[in-house]
Amino acid sequence: MQDRQNVIDIGRLQYRWREGLPLVLDIDELGIQRGERVFIKGASGSGKSTLLSLMAGVLSPEQGQLNILGQELTHMKGAQRDAFRADHIGFVFQMFNLLPYLSVIDNVTLPLHFSARKKSKVAQPEQEAERLLAHLDLSGSGILSRPVSELSVGQQQRVAAARALIGSPEILIADEPTSALDTDRREAFIKLLLSECDASDTTLVFVSHDDSLRSYFDRSIALGDINLASSQGE
Amino acid sequence: MPILQLAYKSLLNRRLTAVLTLISIALSVTLLLGVEKLRNESRSSFANTISATDLIVGARSGSTQLLLYSVFRIGSATNNISWQSYEELSQHPKVKWSIPISLGDSHRGFRVMGTTTDYFQHYRYSRNKGLGFASGLAFNTLYEAVLGADVAQELGYVSGQQIVIAHGAGDISLVSHDDKPFRVVGILNKTGTPVDRTIHVSLQAIEAIHVDWQGGAKLPGFQINAEQAERMALQPKSITAFMLGLKSRLATFRVLREINEYKQEPLLAIMPGVALQELWDMMGVAEKALLAISAFVVVVGLTGMVTVILTSLNERRREMAILRSVGAKPMHIFGLILGEAITLTLLGSALGLLLLYGLLVFAQPIIESQFGLFIAISWPSTYEWKLLLAVIGSGIVISILPAYRAYRYSLADGMSIRI
Ligand SMILES: Nc1ncnc2c1ncn2[C@@H]1O[C@H](COP(=O)(O)OP(=O)(O)OP(=O)(O)O)[C@@H](O)[C@H]1O
Ligand SMILES: [Mg+2]
Repeated sequence: MQDRQNVIDIGRLQYRWREGLPLVLDIDELGIQRGERVFIKGASGSGKSTLLSLMAGVLSPEQGQLNILGQELTHMKGAQRDAFRADHIGFVFQMFNLLPYLSVIDNVTLPLHFSARKKSKVAQPEQEAERLLAHLDLSGSGILSRPVSELSVGQQQRVAAARALIGSPEILIADEPTSALDTDRREAFIKLLLSECDASDTTLVFVSHDDSLRSYFDRSIALGDINLASSQGE
Repeated sequence: MPILQLAYKSLLNRRLTAVLTLISIALSVTLLLGVEKLRNESRSSFANTISATDLIVGARSGSTQLLLYSVFRIGSATNNISWQSYEELSQHPKVKWSIPISLGDSHRGFRVMGTTTDYFQHYRYSRNKGLGFASGLAFNTLYEAVLGADVAQELGYVSGQQIVIAHGAGDISLVSHDDKPFRVVGILNKTGTPVDRTIHVSLQAIEAIHVDWQGGAKLPGFQINAEQAERMALQPKSITAFMLGLKSRLATFRVLREINEYKQEPLLAIMPGVALQELWDMMGVAEKALLAISAFVVVVGLTGMVTVILTSLNERRREMAILRSVGAKPMHIFGLILGEAITLTLLGSALGLLLLYGLLVFAQPIIESQFGLFIAISWPSTYEWKLLLAVIGSGIVISILPAYRAYRYSLADGMSIRI
């Protein structure tokens, strides 16, 4: 169970949002290995985002083990978990990933301001941001100099992916990053994301309710199957 | 500090509301400090209506009444005092100078005051400022008058103007001393005191225009014309009040007591400084109300800022979630909001201060010439700094509310963007 190869190790984890509310998550066991690309699917409201918040250390479980990269998050204080997230995790939201008042490059280099570890891995932030963006098929000063609010949704998601990847975090967590994209863009985005994760040996946890995407991943987990508290999902 | 840079860029992104908030804070600060300045200046200018005069003496009545008619030319004396008493008291060994005054007549709403040329020499206002002549000089012959600055300005009079004095203090008087017109020979500088609204003539002139009068009415069938009057002995028999300057301030209380216990006639002596203070305290309610109103304006300004920040929070939850996802702590979020509020309050206050001084530089000459109120443009007083600090302090304190709310949001939202 406590496989040292696992970057994420969950055991007997229970979570509820507030006292008095029903359990949202009750997971007996979930392990994700280094370099693995995992697809987690589940109905809307089944607790996918909640699980990712726990993995990222934004939320703290009521009970159970939550071991990330060999460190037990449940033993950490809030500020320690924040620092841990800043150092080791990249995050992509479903949409609205970018700060409208920052340039594309500043959006990508944003995590470096919060993590000395990520910063130390990137000698030249701007070049690294441009390199990542180029890998994600976003290059040319035309795009880089535009206000982020003028980018298309697909372009915005790629900028968000570059931000999640900068400073080579061990784990990249993506919460339905493709749901605002059409089918063609979705495929292109996933392929780019996967190849970047491959290149930097990043473990990818990708959440979606769209079952058609599972073929791109090493493993697919239905949250409903492992979550014993899965009664309320619609 | 990159978080500061973030805060700055974020604020810049919302510059319209930020600027409007700044303006409302700045205006309220300007109003508060401006009202406070005006209040202080008018208080001290009121207290400076008359200075250097140690005692004012009149017929026995209320001290406020005496102050009002002798200094402010408001109301009138119930009784006169005899020339004899004046003569005697002005010879008192402790007395350095004395100014007799005689009131009761007017010209187009402005009071006419009979006095001696000592008045122009000894009368002081506002920390020892004397009366100066804007044009002309003091009265010398009988039918000459010296005008206060407002009288000359409002009536458009210049030296050489002929004026007729009316009997009594009313604006429209039925009886006038039109048989004995006066000539304007001098106009005083603006003082910002009731002197500006007074027409000064000699005591003898007051006697002259009343020689053929008795008990407030013209004697029927009996007339003395201007030239005849001039040749008569015009020694006044009574005056309304007189001012005393003493050789030593230390004697004030003694002389005051002596006058109040004067045997020949019931007299009242007051110390103008004390009486002015009493009068101001009576009017103090209005002054405090003014300050209260401007304090409320500041509250409105600051509440406006908090409202703006609070309403922006909802749209900024996304910003918070993104910052959290890259590793920002909830304390960062708290600091971001609080820092913004502090920046706005500080900038707003600074802007308000700047605006106040700008306005002062512009308005100072106007206020001085229109109201005779001189507002010194000086570095803010300790009290004003304290007021400003109180504004900034309350701005910061009430901003804890939105900051704490943002903090709660960022804890409660988890890792999801809520809109
Ligand atoms: N901040 C919150 N406070 C209280 N309850 C919450 C909060 N966020 C989510 N929930 C509840 O937790 C449950 C799981 O929500 P979650 O967002 O994890 O679902 P999800 O699987 O990500 O759904 P979707 O596919 O729609 O994003 C839902 O019942 C939801 O109502
Ligand atoms: Mg979700």
